[in-house]
Amino acid sequence: MLEVSATANRQAASELGTSLKTSSGSTFGRRARLAFYNKSFKLICIACAVFVCIILFSILFLMGRTGILTFQHVSPAEFFFSTEWVPENEQYGGLVFIFGTFALTALTMLIAMPLSILIAVFLAEMTPGWLRTMLRPVLDLLVGIPSVVYGFLGMTLLIPLLRDVTGTTMGDGLLAAAIVLTIMVLPTISRISDDAITAVPKKYRDASYALGATRFHTIFRVVLPAAKSGMMYAGILGMARAIGETMAVVMVIGNTPQLADSLFKPTSVLTSNIVMQIANVPFDSTWNYALYLMGFLLLIISLVMIVLIRFIQRKGVRG
Amino acid sequence: MSTNQPTVNNPFASSRKNGNRIKNVLFTTLVWGVGICTIIFIIGLLFLILEKGMPKLSFDFLIGIPDEIMEGGGIGPALFNSFYVLIISLIISIPLGMAAGIYLSEFAPDNKFIGFIRICVEGLASVPSIIFGLFGIVIFVETFDIGLTIIGGAVSLAFLNLPVLTRVTEEAMRAVPQEMKHASFALGGTHLQTIRRVLIPVALNGIITGICLVAGRAFGESAVIILTAGVTTSGEMWDFNLFSPGETLAVHLWYVQSEAIVPDATEIAEKAAAVLVFIVLLINLVFRIPLWMNNRKMSTK
Repeated sequence: MLEVSATANRQAASELGTSLKTSSGSTFGRRARLAFYNKSFKLICIACAVFVCIILFSILFLMGRTGILTFQHVSPAEFFFSTEWVPENEQYGGLVFIFGTFALTALTMLIAMPLSILIAVFLAEMTPGWLRTMLRPVLDLLVGIPSVVYGFLGMTLLIPLLRDVTGTTMGDGLLAAAIVLTIMVLPTISRISDDAITAVPKKYRDASYALGATRFHTIFRVVLPAAKSGMMYAGILGMARAIGETMAVVMVIGNTPQLADSLFKPTSVLTSNIVMQIANVPFDSTWNYALYLMGFLLLIISLVMIVLIRFIQRKGVRG
Repeated sequence: MSTNQPTVNNPFASSRKNGNRIKNVLFTTLVWGVGICTIIFIIGLLFLILEKGMPKLSFDFLIGIPDEIMEGGGIGPALFNSFYVLIISLIISIPLGMAAGIYLSEFAPDNKFIGFIRICVEGLASVPSIIFGLFGIVIFVETFDIGLTIIGGAVSLAFLNLPVLTRVTEEAMRAVPQEMKHASFALGGTHLQTIRRVLIPVALNGIITGICLVAGRAFGESAVIILTAGVTTSGEMWDFNLFSPGETLAVHLWYVQSEAIVPDATEIAEKAAAVLVFIVLLINLVFRIPLWMNNRKMSTK
């Protein structure tokens, strides 16, 4: 923005200068110049838009190409179905991390979704106006708090708490990570659901109350179904964030490659495994390729979610 | 409104109605309870972070060199790198992102290709940040072979910001009333002049909000920086060299808390967290001051 306006001013100044100089001359020069600026500006804009696409595709290509190299040494069946991740012994089973990511996301959504719908209902339907105008910016602000800070809080507050409450020795594991992630995605999901609920026309509610329904019935049978597609959008967005979140998870999940069959067992997910190991491996090793393959998996999952979101939006517009 | 129903003695009034009323009251209580708890929780969280670290902050800590073994290390280079990386990444991503957003909102015809570009932008916006880190490694560490550097971190971060800025700009430009655009065209303005003199000033409000959102996110981003700029600093305070390792404050917080062996790690982490949160809050405020002034200027005109 700064640059655009700066060059714009310069252009304006030069325009003025030359048009003063050739004030009685033909206006053709000025018009041609303006047309030229116009056209080149448009070209620059197109180039930038295409550039964004190029980035996406070069990421896809590079991740895919590096990831596929894993299969030179490891069979796809081993990578996807083996739980033995011992790179020192050439064992590259990724099931632990894939399962960890899905289990963590499912657990997070299980806690976060009902809570954030309640918060959204609270914000949109029940709070007095002044509280609402105060709370919405606060929730927006909460979205911006760095994930490391959440991880730090989870590590120093949540894990000792979990240790005390449950009596386990470690405390880190799926549940701790899911709670931290819940706190992180809660503002996102509840704010978007809040917008979706607010967008439900008032006449729906009036009609429901006129039929003698209580507030509970109105909200559950009328308002929430009407806001369904918006809330699904919010949920998927939250899910995408939970899947891709790295640092907050790394700090509380324990980082041990073992299958998470209990809530309090230290485990590992795709993102945390990548970030913990990538620095220690040489680039041209199967270990590194396997890490890139995990990244590629994450990429594919997140792109699938975007397609889902677009699908829901289109359905929402039609319905 | 539904709770003060007339209490007529209706012989047909069944227990269902009572049940409904109880459900209603229960539900209202539940929602209020959750709402109040959330408010208290949020305020408690922010208060806790700031309260733990802020009182212990000193100027020496803010500009001090971090220490690997001894107590009393500062966060100076990390703090400086945070701003340095943030500014470089914004310098790269703001013009690119805005131009792409302007194209999508102003020039783009409504065809398959543009729909495709839109999906790309949305897709890129949802790519997990760690993927940008891996991408940065492939480009800067492998292809250009410059190792973990500030410039690598900043460019990767810029890629992360790009789609968000594009979308924010597009939405803000679309929200400008069509009449303004038509008026500018009617006065003989070219498309470029219209965008520069009419659309951008009107849409500035939304664009600046978007930029401050992005800046806050980039300031606290750590996964990308760990992978592309490393977990060490050059050890000097004012190091403008683009090719030195660039650990930022967020990374330092993680590093101190989980990897470092200094005895006062927890205290450093607490203070660093407080500084981090404080600056993110500040970015949100400071970036909005020009916005208020712009609003006032608009309204006084």
